Amino acid sequence: MALGVEVRRLKKHFHGGDVHAVDGVDLRAGEGEYLVLLGPSGCGKTTLLRTIAGLEDPTEGDVLIGGNVVNGLPPRARQVAMVFQSYALYPHKTVMQNIAFPLKAEKIAKEERERRAGWAAELLGIQHLLSRKPRQLSGGERQRVALARALVREPSVFLLDEPLSNLDAKLRALARDELKQFQGRVGTTTIYVTHDQAEAMGLGDRIAVMYEGRVRQVGPPREVYANPVDTFVATFLGSPPMNLVHRGDHLLGFRPENFLPAELVEGDGSRVTVSLEIARIEYLSGDRHVYGAINGMGEETRVIARLPATVTTPLEDGEVREFAVHERDLRFFDAESGEQTHAQPVRA
Amino acid sequence: MSVSQPPPVGLRGRATLADREGFLAPLFLLPAVVYIIALVAIPLLMALAFAFSDVTVGDPSFEWVGLRNFDAIFDDPVFWRSLRNTLVFTVISMALTIVLAKALAMILLANFRFKWVVRFLVLLPWTTPIALAAVAWLWMLDSVYSPIDWVLRSLGFIESNVYWLGKDDLAMASVIAVHTWRIVPLAAVIILAGLISIPDDINDAAAIDGAGFWRKLFEITVPLTLPVIAVATLFGAVLTFTDMSVVYVLTRGGPENATQVLPSYAYLKGIGSGDLAQGAAIALFLFPLLLAAAIAILRSVKRMETF
Repeated sequence: MALGVEVRRLKKHFHGGDVHAVDGVDLRAGEGEYLVLLGPSGCGKTTLLRTIAGLEDPTEGDVLIGGNVVNGLPPRARQVAMVFQSYALYPHKTVMQNIAFPLKAEKIAKEERERRAGWAAELLGIQHLLSRKPRQLSGGERQRVALARALVREPSVFLLDEPLSNLDAKLRALARDELKQFQGRVGTTTIYVTHDQAEAMGLGDRIAVMYEGRVRQVGPPREVYANPVDTFVATFLGSPPMNLVHRGDHLLGFRPENFLPAELVEGDGSRVTVSLEIARIEYLSGDRHVYGAINGMGEETRVIARLPATVTTPLEDGEVREFAVHERDLRFFDAESGEQTHAQPVRA
Repeated sequence: MSVSQPPPVGLRGRATLADREGFLAPLFLLPAVVYIIALVAIPLLMALAFAFSDVTVGDPSFEWVGLRNFDAIFDDPVFWRSLRNTLVFTVISMALTIVLAKALAMILLANFRFKWVVRFLVLLPWTTPIALAAVAWLWMLDSVYSPIDWVLRSLGFIESNVYWLGKDDLAMASVIAVHTWRIVPLAAVIILAGLISIPDDINDAAAIDGAGFWRKLFEITVPLTLPVIAVATLFGAVLTFTDMSVVYVLTRGGPENATQVLPSYAYLKGIGSGDLAQGAAIALFLFPLLLAAAIAILRSVKRMETF
């Protein structure tokens, strides 16, 4: 049975209060939800996860699982399972013994243990590896064993700490897809920590963007991407990141993929046109990334435009071209606080 | 561009002596080789030769006597007693050492206030010179002035003094206790190194998987540190097997050879009575057992690497 997870005003300080790893977080993952904690390294996302797991005690605030406060309860009493970045398989145990270990700790009889471990192994397609030791497995296989070990107890909550970061790029995309399908099948509430925005966007029902111990924004991936609440979220998400142009007391933001040669942006009256001095063009998997400087929208700024493969307009280094962005794709941020503000007149 | 270029590197200079591994390797190995030959190999060979001779302190002229020394010691009940004592001494002190050292290592690993005080106290027995420590224990176990007896008497556990070193079994127990006290810190530090090498994630995973203290100890910690524990045990066994300092200072093998071990008996015969040949023959009995221990050490180190 899936249970919801909630943290309230959670703080975790280290070194006698010098380091505020988690600095007042309120967050809720609904039953069966896939929530992704996204942020740069050192933002407190792993500490938050470990506090939910019970591996760290909160300095302040509460952790609730299934509506009950679980502060002070050891991990085994919380019905959570966790997959570690290193997988943390027991090197001296076989795959079977690794998967069955949580059941052994629950004092379940040997036959039942092996039946359920076999079931978990089958679900992940690793039945043929049961008698191997972890060192005889590839990275992808280890990851599956770690997942099977997490799954075997049928926990109410999955906690995943960057489970894909030790896989090579090709395997990672595949494993991401499998992980999503897998969670869909078992329907367990999942909290997933990553610093990789592609994983976050691809996996999460909602993503929570963290920075310096705080949650900056929570929402569905599209929403967070399209409507970032501040300049941190705006520039952390998206590759390349959102362009920001200083203009008086505010910043003007627009995504590189919305910044196109002027003739391709529809609506004469509702587009903002500016001339771009092209410095350099990169070809990346079909797309063109155009680096250059704009003048006339605000202060002179270096920006990036991303042209999809379908746009074949010829462009040259050193050329000056009219580029435009639609008004609805503009975002406005306060120059001091970085927070999103209401729209400002642009073509004055 | 006005970046100054580094001068072009020419193919000047020749390989010096310091570049020649064929010259350096033997040079650096030389001191160790000299040391081992002079202080290990030659004495060992001399002991081997002496065991088949009639060399004494008074008459160092070498004469081959075949197996006569071995015949003599096989007929000597004290030799058999010493051999048995050596094994008892080694096995019991090692068993105690490993259990205590494992517990101490876990205490050393834990985080608490005044940890450094505990660390200091734990390591103290190992750093105290053996003669000094044994003399202190000699007083602790004294037949008349023993503070241990005094405490037990005050608490009403005993009527009269125990005579720790005066009765066979108590003397052996005392020798074992003092030796264990002395060797535990070394074993604890070796095992601590093994504990530290277990990744944090493994310990966290065990906690998440619901393992309590004992299950984690016997299913995770001990198996993962087994090679290190084996090394600590074997080193301890070698140190115990060849050690005579505690026995010599506390009991001199007494009462009535109840604590006589092979090293102390070899010393007593060879140096004490001056019969170098017999002493060498007795000491030679340590060799096969030590060889077995050394092979076992090397094997467990090899196992450690394949983990």
